[in-house]
Amino acid sequence: MNWWTPELAAILWGMFQALVILLGAVLLGAALTVVERRLLGLWQDRYGPNRVGPFGTLQLIADMLKIFFKEDWIPPFADWPLFVLAPIIAFASLLLSFVIIPITPGWGVADMHIGLLFFLAMAGINVYAVLLGGWASGNKYALLGALRASAQTLSYEVFMGLSLMGVVALAGSFNMRDIVNAQEGLWFIIPQFFGFATFFIAGVAVTHRHPFDQPEAEQELADGYHIEYSGMKFGMFFIGEYVGMVLVSALIVTLFFGGWHGPWLPPILWFAIKTGFFLMLFILLRASLPRPRYDRVMSFGWKVCLPLTLINLLATGAVMLLVGG
Amino acid sequence: MEIAFYLSGLVAVLATVGVITGTSPVHAVVYLIVSLIAVAMVFFALGAPFAGALEIIVYAGAIMVLFVFVVMMLNLRPDAERELTWTHPRYWLGPSLLALVLLGALLALLRQGGVSEVIDGELLTARAVGLTLFGPWLMVVELAAILLLAALVTASHVGRRSNPLNRKMSGNRNRGGTP
Repeated sequence: MNWWTPELAAILWGMFQALVILLGAVLLGAALTVVERRLLGLWQDRYGPNRVGPFGTLQLIADMLKIFFKEDWIPPFADWPLFVLAPIIAFASLLLSFVIIPITPGWGVADMHIGLLFFLAMAGINVYAVLLGGWASGNKYALLGALRASAQTLSYEVFMGLSLMGVVALAGSFNMRDIVNAQEGLWFIIPQFFGFATFFIAGVAVTHRHPFDQPEAEQELADGYHIEYSGMKFGMFFIGEYVGMVLVSALIVTLFFGGWHGPWLPPILWFAIKTGFFLMLFILLRASLPRPRYDRVMSFGWKVCLPLTLINLLATGAVMLLVGG
Repeated sequence: MEIAFYLSGLVAVLATVGVITGTSPVHAVVYLIVSLIAVAMVFFALGAPFAGALEIIVYAGAIMVLFVFVVMMLNLRPDAERELTWTHPRYWLGPSLLALVLLGALLALLRQGGVSEVIDGELLTARAVGLTLFGPWLMVVELAAILLLAALVTASHVGRRSNPLNRKMSGNRNRGGTP
């Protein structure tokens, strides 16, 4: 048994962790589709899906079966290489971002020192999914949705990066573990409240969740960029959106709410509770807010959020210089 | 890391060939994005992950989105016939001669040696990049910032709604906007 070295064991353990985190993220994203519909039902005073299994818990399996066996149709007027590529980008780019998230002191996939920048890079690539999907469909509603999506995502990514720079300045590192460890005494939500507020708004906008779902607004665009998609290709766009929700929630917890830190309970539970709270907040936003007009969304991003993040960054730097000497 | 370097270099070259040979404009732009990501991978392999991440965020994530945006709006279809007229020597002779001079300079530089010293795994951190930019190169950073500010002011002047030039071009389509 001399091939069983500690290095090999470490590599296998790392692969096992990566696999568990990958499957966990995908399954959580899939389960959220049903949880969201049940919760929307609760908050809007109706039942929601409650027929399949006890309290509708098996609805997920029914949905999966249906989506797997649907005809996977590519329209003859579509540009098929890009039409196939788009859902893959949508799904993979957000899923890849999970490698930087440290779940507990011992769990996490990669410990890169550019951590946060990796997420921003993946969010940047994620734009292409919508853009290419919308163009390749050869449909005007899809194209309109893609145009809205790219303009919205570009605008909101600008201050998403800036809103995180206060956290980076306070922690002195882009590394996610360093950022979590720097919050041992005080969570960054308190010194970086405006950073949190703008990052949350940007996170909702980048995942195209309600109220920033203009790119796929049903009433105006008949579903926007994924109107021509069916079967599992649509499923990848759909699950990708929920994976994005999980990702943004986990990032908010890691960056502003002390990650795994918390009294009494083990770290993994704290991380799960905090992430779950933000996932519920995402769904509550959808249940309660109307959709603003598109030009209002754009001017809110550029005229309110961008200046706010710049002032926040300046103030953070000034306070750090004053306190630090 | 060396094999990652050569593989991503190969992908970058192949993708760039794809940009030139493709007839569909959108496909060409997508090849260019792949090429940029491959170059970012080269940066990662060379031990400069900060530069690699910025390459993806700035070039692939922001600038190329605008390229795709514009190409999509023009709604160009693959046009092999028009492409053929561009292969006339009149169009490529001058640029090729200039590129040949550059190739000669590159080869001369490679012959001088010192190439083996380039690939080493020293990690260039964000802190090191920041300290260099805002230390010895502060003046250049400030000049670039002034240039960008001037461009921003110009763009906002050209694009503002009360600009008579702008109003004439867009007609009365803006009537529905904010008063």
